[in-house]
Amino acid sequence: MSKLILERLKAQFGDDILAVSSFRGDDVAVVKPSRWLDVARFVHDDPRCDCTYFVDLSAIDNCDPRTDELDMDDRFEVYVIAYSVAKKHRVRLKTRLSGDEPRIASVIPVWSGANWMEREVFDMFGVHFEGHPDERRILTYDEFKGHPLRKDYPANRTQPLVEYRDGTFNKLGPFLQDEGMPLNRSVLPDERQ
Amino acid sequence: MEPVDLDFEEADLELPSEPMTLLMGPSHPAMHGTIRMVLKLDGETVQDVDIQPGYLHRGFEKMSERGTWSQVFPYTDRLNYVSPLLNNVGYALAVEKLLGIEVPRKGQLFRVILGEMSRIADHLTGNGAIAMELGAFTPFLWFLKAREWIYEACEEQTGARLTHSFFRIGGAAFPPTEKLQSQIRSILPRVLEVIAEGESLLLKNRIFLDRTQGVGILTKEHALGMGASGPVLRSAGIDYDVRKDKPYLTYGECDFDVPVGEDGDTYDRFMVRSEEMRQSCRIIEQSLDLMKKIAPGSPEDAVSITDPRIVLPPKEKVYSTIEGTIAHFKLIMEGINVPPGEVYGYTEAGNGELGFLLVSRGGGNPWRVRVRGPCFFSLQAAHDMIRGKMLADIIPTFGSINMIGGECDR
Repeated sequence: MSKLILERLKAQFGDDILAVSSFRGDDVAVVKPSRWLDVARFVHDDPRCDCTYFVDLSAIDNCDPRTDELDMDDRFEVYVIAYSVAKKHRVRLKTRLSGDEPRIASVIPVWSGANWMEREVFDMFGVHFEGHPDERRILTYDEFKGHPLRKDYPANRTQPLVEYRDGTFNKLGPFLQDEGMPLNRSVLPDERQ
Repeated sequence: MEPVDLDFEEADLELPSEPMTLLMGPSHPAMHGTIRMVLKLDGETVQDVDIQPGYLHRGFEKMSERGTWSQVFPYTDRLNYVSPLLNNVGYALAVEKLLGIEVPRKGQLFRVILGEMSRIADHLTGNGAIAMELGAFTPFLWFLKAREWIYEACEEQTGARLTHSFFRIGGAAFPPTEKLQSQIRSILPRVLEVIAEGESLLLKNRIFLDRTQGVGILTKEHALGMGASGPVLRSAGIDYDVRKDKPYLTYGECDFDVPVGEDGDTYDRFMVRSEEMRQSCRIIEQSLDLMKKIAPGSPEDAVSITDPRIVLPPKEKVYSTIEGTIAHFKLIMEGINVPPGEVYGYTEAGNGELGFLLVSRGGGNPWRVRVRGPCFFSLQAAHDMIRGKMLADIIPTFGSINMIGGECDR
């Protein structure tokens, strides 16, 4: 049933669809970054796909800082999930971006709900969306440095808005830079120091 | 006596006409503690609004990458902390989808029953909050009284009132206690009665009707494009419920209706939630009946699968046999070995479609856990519900979205 979308996409875009898969019933199409907006628009507008319901947009960081280069190709995967309420099928479109200055077209013209999700991906991964009307951080604050969901961002780094203070206090910590709790399963090399 | 200074030019007497900026929240009582709105006001009309979430951001997704698959459960409790069991179910189902396993029938029914109990608790809180924020305190207290009974039943089953962390990958922590049938069956009629009582106080109340009907309207197209889900989407007239459209667990066997609104206003959202509670009661009763029919001792009569690579061995074995100790040690220290892959598992939680995008690279730790928190999407849609309306309408509109900070900001 829902394989239909993948077949439609392959017929329409040919080699610009880099791969398709249906692992555990999830239909996924990997798209060339240059055709990202076109494919999204097709999935939304085509009467047989009819995916007008915006489900989700986020990203995955594929870089393992222990083994990979940070500016590797295909480092970030941005995906969007769309659903058709009438036809009851959904598709996950994906595109792969390089770790060096990742950029992709915004899909806000297709689904207006992508606005906050793209802001979140920018906030968490530092992926820029071309044509986004309001590219600000959304979950962290403007003074925040770095992008926390990148794999090279250490989980125990603290970035307080109020400076750490010296002296003794009548309250329990943590107050000092090195008093944060290490969440210590897979510790990255630069966290050990 | 000196005369009043009459030398003013006519223009000097005019009031300033530029829009006023008003900051609402994050510590505003109606903002549920975690949202800040920057409003541009023209008199009492909201010209523009910038909704700023993020004050409850705890790094759920980052934390999840640092532990084992099972260690994510306590975090999911704190997503939608009004209905934690539904989040437990959602995450467990997503990991089970990645593993390709299915829980025995009794475990599925148990998840449905406790999940729907949680949904009733969630909607009772949401509807009670709408009423309370409009000044009607009595229905709120009544609804919380009923929620308390539900918490007691959940406590009987899971051992905790609020943060249960009860379901496991491959089943549940414990089988249902003996009181499951009798206790829940005695609670449901009383809960329904409380819902009816609370409604009777509100639905003939002129103030409540005037302040909710035609307020905070969300159109169909907008709801779809924004990705709103759950009661917010259904109140706009779109018949989409994951339990119906892609039945998981045993929802396919249950006979229940999906209430759908017409106008997409605050009143419809209230009514959709009200009706969903009644439907949840129907689901629970049918599931209890189905559970009774399971033959004792059959393979269906278990809440968890028995695969030792996934489910912890029983404690007697851990303390008395070396195999049990090793299995326990491996599962706790290394985690469940989930094969590489990527799935998107989704369920209908209290506020709508709760999705988990899980990526595994093999081994005991998740590579990526993405949560699609339904309120985050509904809150985004609130922008257009609020803009152009009166300042006072923000309160019921925002209340009817039932924004839960834990799930919105993650």
